[in-house]
Amino acid sequence: MREISGYKRRDGGVGIRNHVLILPTVSCVNGVVSRIGKAVPDAVAVTHGHGCGRGGPRDIEILFRVLTGMMKNPNVGAVVLVGLGCEVSNVKNLMPMIENVGKPVSIFNVQDDGGSLKTAEKGIDAARRYIEELAVREREPISWDQLLVAIECGGSDAMSGVTANVAMGAVSDWLVARGATVMFGENTEMIGTAHVLSRRAKDSQTAEKIEEMVDRAETLTHDIMGELAGLVISPGNMDGGMSTIAEKSMGCIVKGGTTSINEVVDYGVAPTVKGLVLQDGPGYDADSMGGFAASGAQLMFFSTGRGTPAGFPTVPVIKVASNSRVYRAMEDDIDVNAGILVEGVSLEALRNEMIDLMIRVINGEQTKPEANDMGVFTFMTVHPPF
Amino acid sequence: MKNNALIVNKRDNVAVALRDLKAGEIVIIHGEELFALVEDIPASHKLALREIEAEEEIVKYGEVVGVSVKKIVRGAWVHTHNLESRRWKK
Repeated sequence: MREISGYKRRDGGVGIRNHVLILPTVSCVNGVVSRIGKAVPDAVAVTHGHGCGRGGPRDIEILFRVLTGMMKNPNVGAVVLVGLGCEVSNVKNLMPMIENVGKPVSIFNVQDDGGSLKTAEKGIDAARRYIEELAVREREPISWDQLLVAIECGGSDAMSGVTANVAMGAVSDWLVARGATVMFGENTEMIGTAHVLSRRAKDSQTAEKIEEMVDRAETLTHDIMGELAGLVISPGNMDGGMSTIAEKSMGCIVKGGTTSINEVVDYGVAPTVKGLVLQDGPGYDADSMGGFAASGAQLMFFSTGRGTPAGFPTVPVIKVASNSRVYRAMEDDIDVNAGILVEGVSLEALRNEMIDLMIRVINGEQTKPEANDMGVFTFMTVHPPF
Repeated sequence: MKNNALIVNKRDNVAVALRDLKAGEIVIIHGEELFALVEDIPASHKLALREIEAEEEIVKYGEVVGVSVKKIVRGAWVHTHNLESRRWKK
């Protein structure tokens, strides 16, 4: 069965899940969101630590972009948005973007709706109504060019760049050949490979953006870490056989495969082209995944060598172990064992296994992080709070 | 024949050891016996697939990851003792 199916949204997007999302505009009302989530376990209640207290234009831009992107993500079929009233990302400020998320949104404000308990009651009613409405929606055939698949690596080990990331790169090439969009990010993990990535850029403008992004990541690393910046290639990396920063970063960027880089998109922004694109975002896994989801990714792959169980609340994440030891140690958390490459299985056979799993996941099979409810949502900030 | 090393990209002049390998062990890639190792190679470290001259580029992932500082024989360990980064020497 190679056909894939999903849920068509009125803005043209297609979801591979049909979630009711309960989202706070600001951390102050996280408790209300959790309360709704407990009463309506079939909904996806997501909390976060943001929404106020930061005034810089870049932070505000990212805040609005990510909250909007979380609602717009096509895996979400309806939204219960819980606001406070006096926060930076209040409902009034968000309204122009809410109108474009392409699905029903019920909006509550704790300061206007009678306080936290009464707001939670109203939110529970809305969430239950949406669950019923979405339950009758049926999957329809979708095509690969409607998918954005994001690729992440985290908790890496020396084998990540040899097994899991190479296998994810092969899947990436397969997806790009079928018209899908594939995104990877983590600009700190591109240091030393700007020349490799920019050579693969589809045009000179994209190449310049890549150079600028990686130079900025390197400068920032030096500014923050000072003399410790050299630890970007650490003794542990060298013990693992990585001789240079370029070799280490190649082990990261190989996860994107070998096709041309068609766009550099800012953190949380939706790509405008098909094929392989880069997210200008941080290496921290949780922040990186928040950006991918806000960009509209319906599916993610995530390799790990040391073992991280993290997934994403509204997006299925396929976890790929780089070695058999961590796969066996965390079998409940990890979907694919790329360590079998070491045991004589060919890259092509592993890639095909991953493609088969991906198709089943697209069509509704739960990934381990989904089944275990291991989703985490957070997003990048630039400046400290006031 | 069980592989004990991996070539990531066909342009590479180094392979990656899939487990700790001993001097004298035969390198097996794609089920094919290639040559004997001249020294021990730790797991996930690089071994030379052919003789590499001094000042020659070390290619892994199909890309230059360093430059050899001396001649490296086939089956030898390739690491910081015999390659360097060009990155800091512009």
